[in-house]
Amino acid sequence: MDSILEIKGLTKTYDSGFTALHGVDLSIKRGEIFALLGPNGAGKTTLIGAVCGLVRPTGGSMTAFGEDMGRHWRRLRARIGLVPQELATDMFETVIHSVNYSRGLFGLAPDAARVEEILKALSLWDKRNDQIRALSGGMKRRVLIAKALAHEPELLFLDEPTAGVDVELRRDMWAQISLLRDRGTTIILTTHYIEEAEEMADRVGIIQGGRIRMVEETRALMKRLGRTEAHFALGAPLAAVPEVLSGLNVSLSEDGLELVYRGGDGSGRGKAEVAEVTKRLAGAGIDYTAIDIRESSLEDIFVDLLEGAAA
Amino acid sequence: MIAFNARSTWTIYKREVMRAMRTAMQSILGPVLTTVLYFVVFGAAIGGRMDSGVTGVNYGAFIVPGLLLLTILGESVSNGSFGIYMPRFTGAIYELLSAPVGVAETLIGFVGAAATKSLILAAIILGTATFFVDYTIVHPFYALGFILLVSATFSLFGFILGIWADSFEKLGIVPVLFVVPLTFLGGTFYSIQMLPEPWRSVAMVNPVVYLVNGLRWCFYGRSDFPIGISLVMTLAFLALCVGFIAWIFRTGWRLRA
Repeated sequence: MDSILEIKGLTKTYDSGFTALHGVDLSIKRGEIFALLGPNGAGKTTLIGAVCGLVRPTGGSMTAFGEDMGRHWRRLRARIGLVPQELATDMFETVIHSVNYSRGLFGLAPDAARVEEILKALSLWDKRNDQIRALSGGMKRRVLIAKALAHEPELLFLDEPTAGVDVELRRDMWAQISLLRDRGTTIILTTHYIEEAEEMADRVGIIQGGRIRMVEETRALMKRLGRTEAHFALGAPLAAVPEVLSGLNVSLSEDGLELVYRGGDGSGRGKAEVAEVTKRLAGAGIDYTAIDIRESSLEDIFVDLLEGAAA
Repeated sequence: MIAFNARSTWTIYKREVMRAMRTAMQSILGPVLTTVLYFVVFGAAIGGRMDSGVTGVNYGAFIVPGLLLLTILGESVSNGSFGIYMPRFTGAIYELLSAPVGVAETLIGFVGAAATKSLILAAIILGTATFFVDYTIVHPFYALGFILLVSATFSLFGFILGIWADSFEKLGIVPVLFVVPLTFLGGTFYSIQMLPEPWRSVAMVNPVVYLVNGLRWCFYGRSDFPIGISLVMTLAFLALCVGFIAWIFRTGWRLRA
């Protein structure tokens, strides 16, 4: 996969003296969904703003579609779309006028069929003549997506696309985003919902304090840092971890009533070791009444990484 | 490389004009009604009893250019500022800033729409004035050009105001504290020749004096100053506004973080 966006040494220091980005390097592959994760104030929106022309970088360079963004901003911006975090648009305008405006603003001729297709895909066609202010929060967010898609961008930024929408609509939006990727659009999204990144992203990047801490394929990351945790409720309390469990990462709770296994690599090794623990316990005649197994999520990994970086 | 995005410009222009039509009661009927009241009170009621010795024309007719300018200045500043302030206020400016449009497209779109609204108002006001006062336009094409120039210039000034303001209070303070007083003191209702010294000299530093006189010359072929001075003053202010806006777009002042 070739690169669609190359960011090198991107720095942004605001007039207040606050540095939001410290020499960020990032490469986005064509056709992927890239999730940018980070706590509040990490620099996610500043980074997106710098690429989309909302923020003036202090230093560094950006190349999109193989061309320098500073020199060829006109033709490059025409190929980039942005869905902002805030519900920011003229609320008194009708849906269809607003989407047509976005298309024209980016220099494209009116195309009723294309706009109809976009609105239908986002379940907004029936609301096309309604003022945006009359729509629900979820629909308003979909209008912003429709506006961003109106000029058929090849690279689309989604800044917290599902913030504040209900679970059902969030799932619906995930499906829409996947469809866009299937049609060849490269997507960069920021999100607070780690589950969202885990569900959709081909790669994740973690940003903290204006620095990219890590960029990795989602599956590889889960495999590398993923963990299995199993809690064995014992029939009778133990004084220490049984000898038969040596070689496995098992600990005993303070009251002696629970054995806890932690290990694995997110690729199945943990589950196999949990099975091994059950065999050895049974072989040693140690009775247990319940097993509670859970795989660590991307969220656990994210929190661990941030805590590790902060330590 | 695309140097100018005509479709984007047309899109901005069309949307801004449509926005005015959406609020026609406020943006068109309101100013027209206010101006009509001036015509009724100063033109028809008081004007009939005024001496026309100094101005050379009937008082009701004399105030037509000034009243027209009063409306054009106010509405151009208001439309120019509101058009860009509202997207900044709501956050919708992100779309304009991320689009492939530069200073030329933005200015022609926003300022062109603001100036168009002022021209529509001017036409309605002139039409309405015929019901209350008798007036003539000696140089109609000059008048049209001058109105266009003033509309564009003060729409540009309004655009700067809309970028500078970070609250509705600031948005309203310049028109109320500066534009309206300068217009009233700029010879809208009287000739500068009627002022005693030193007020006559003081009035000369009011830029609106030159605008009112310029338009009055277009209407009646006479004014307190030669038309050339009015044109130079207006063009100088236009150049100042364009230069300042070019600087705003180059530096991103109050537009880009």
